[in-house]
Amino acid sequence: MDFTFSPEHVALRRMIREFAENEVAPIAAELDREHKVPYDVMRKLGEIGLLGVCFPQQYGGMGAGETGYCILMEELGRICTSTATNVGAHIGIGAMVVHLDGTPEQKEKYLTPLARGEKIAAFGLTEANAGSDAASIRTRAVREGDSWILDGGKVFITNGGYADVITVMAVTDPALGARGGVTAFIVESGWDGFSVAREEDKMGIRGTSTAELVFEELRVPHENVLGKVGEGFISFMKSLDMGRLTLGAACLGGAQAALEWSVRWAKTRRQFGAELAHKQSVQWMIANLATEVEALRSLVYRVAWLVDTGEPFTQLAAMCKMYGSEVASRAIDAALQIHGGLGYTRDFPIDRAFRDARIAEIFEGTNEIQRIVIATNIFREHGVRIRP
Amino acid sequence: MDFALSEEQRMFRDMFRDFAAKEIAPHAEEIDHEESLPLDVLQKAASQGFLGATLPEAYLGAELDGVSYAMLVEALAGACMSVAVTVATHVSLVAMSILERGSDQQKEEWLTPMAGGEAIGAFALTEPDAGSDGAALQTRAAIAGDEVVLDGVKTWVGNGATAGLFLVFAQEPEGVGAFLVPAGAPGLTVGYREPTLGLRSVSFNTVYLEGCRVPLANRLGEPGQGWTLARRAQDRMAIALAAAGLGVAGDAIEVAAQFATERVQFGVPIAQKQAIQGYVAEAFAEVEALRFLVYRAAWLADQGADCSVDAAVAKVFAARVARRVTDYMVQVMGGYGYMEDYPMARKYRDARALGIIGGPTELHLVRIAQRIFAERDVEIVP
Repeated sequence: MDFTFSPEHVALRRMIREFAENEVAPIAAELDREHKVPYDVMRKLGEIGLLGVCFPQQYGGMGAGETGYCILMEELGRICTSTATNVGAHIGIGAMVVHLDGTPEQKEKYLTPLARGEKIAAFGLTEANAGSDAASIRTRAVREGDSWILDGGKVFITNGGYADVITVMAVTDPALGARGGVTAFIVESGWDGFSVAREEDKMGIRGTSTAELVFEELRVPHENVLGKVGEGFISFMKSLDMGRLTLGAACLGGAQAALEWSVRWAKTRRQFGAELAHKQSVQWMIANLATEVEALRSLVYRVAWLVDTGEPFTQLAAMCKMYGSEVASRAIDAALQIHGGLGYTRDFPIDRAFRDARIAEIFEGTNEIQRIVIATNIFREHGVRIRP
Repeated sequence: MDFALSEEQRMFRDMFRDFAAKEIAPHAEEIDHEESLPLDVLQKAASQGFLGATLPEAYLGAELDGVSYAMLVEALAGACMSVAVTVATHVSLVAMSILERGSDQQKEEWLTPMAGGEAIGAFALTEPDAGSDGAALQTRAAIAGDEVVLDGVKTWVGNGATAGLFLVFAQEPEGVGAFLVPAGAPGLTVGYREPTLGLRSVSFNTVYLEGCRVPLANRLGEPGQGWTLARRAQDRMAIALAAAGLGVAGDAIEVAAQFATERVQFGVPIAQKQAIQGYVAEAFAEVEALRFLVYRAAWLADQGADCSVDAAVAKVFAARVARRVTDYMVQVMGGYGYMEDYPMARKYRDARALGIIGGPTELHLVRIAQRIFAERDVEIVP
């Protein structure tokens, strides 16, 4: 057993922290207030190679593995959940499908510019009537010669409003359903028949685009089929596993920030003749919070290590996302309470963090779905097949 | 023991719910988005007598009993918690303080316009370095002939921007004094408004008192008795805030339960899923427990008993329930719970205030503990 980070990962963390503190922290409040996507930050992240952190160098990536990717998400999550979300949707689920299941030609054409940040990716799975129940998507793809014609739409698509490349899941054989009847496609937003119908007005992560996408007779060349026809669901589920782990890492960063703010405030704020640090109610909150942050840190990097060594990790990734999002929400709730009135105002980052944190319990598979994934795995080992 | 509402109370309850559904709920999203309370909403509340809810009829009040008043705040908060907190600040913190401790002349002068909505009340106690700590008040009151001169800075003054009357607490030689300061009094300036996470249409302002002069006749109660008066007002407010928590949590269940019957996933309405049933049932159990805690505290307060511990218990429990229930109900609604064009995100932001405003949960816990240990001859210092 060895719990230390490699010198390369230590150096990577230092570089990302510097970037996050210098380039992201100064604009984080404005992104939230103005409902603005940080295009410049995304471009700069691409320029210094971070948008390809976990992809092979052959395709413009950094080759720092899942551990490196988790470090990126943790450090961004510590400063700005919106930025971490943009990056997570781009790398973790959007580009990841191409990395996992793309042909060498597809990787050359799409993964390389995505890894360099020259293009931005999104992941198109959720539909109005298919949220947790992703298998009931209705977007249709019909073969027509060398092309597929897509009709339908997606909702709640992160990066949807400005992505260049969207990995879209569509039904190719309604009779087969999710098992064999769903295919993944690489779609470019510039193509005819693609449109952005709506931007959502969200409680938090307001520095992200959450869009409704519409496909009308959208023609996709057959060469843009990702993986095998009919196996799209398997492709997407593999990427979602990766996304869940790194979302847990972003939550770790958010929880860490809440802890840091709380300690700093408790050291300075005086009430009833003493600093809050001397009040046991505050000490308890800090002690509980710090313990959960450490537990989460261990879980996240252990799973990253499993991924990097090629071990199975589906169940543990679900735990990362579920536990991470709940730890982050609890941590920020405690930080808000410790800060009192100040924590409840938009003059301080806690209000933003409080609103931002809540999404992680919902998106990329609600925590209910994560629990189902975990329970399904556990019961399968005991010969019991459970259905959602 | 009798847990039934009287016929009159049931009639009031239906009327409050009807008013909240018709006059407030349709504007709630806009009220939050615009961060201001339309004057006509308050005027409609005034015309129903709600701004003088517990005041005697002599002052054009509605003379509601405590439980009915709690049900009023509950109904308002169900539609829009901002409106409920504005009304509760006005009634529980300010108007009732004047009714309890005011001279006949003060009551004549202020209570009728307050009931009519011509003068909204604001409560100026908190200071930059005295959030939960009354003894640390820095604002000074100096007597100059037949006038009082006030100097200091107050923060988080609820209803600050819309107030016609400020109830100001300041140190004087005898201790803390309470003073009625009309808006527009020389030397009083309403300043910075806190941009809050929720309760966005309640204006919480910084108020500057710079050589602010009011007649000595504007002192409320006896010299040095202001702290007792403030604590009583806060006890009343704790019950009202607990009622607001009950309202926001109760309505959150209504909204999310309806959603769960309509949202189909895995071939069935999600109401058929045990996970969703669990959230809704837990929330329901907590809301029902809270309901009778709130009504009981309100009833006790009506009996004239010292109900400060009961008020603290209700407030602590309400803050937790409102927080937890709105959190559960966001989860029931999934992505839709996170969107600002559905009501749940607002309820979630609003509900979080209850752990902080009107004194943080930690302070109320200390007060409860003080009572428990006082019975065992141990004095607790916060």
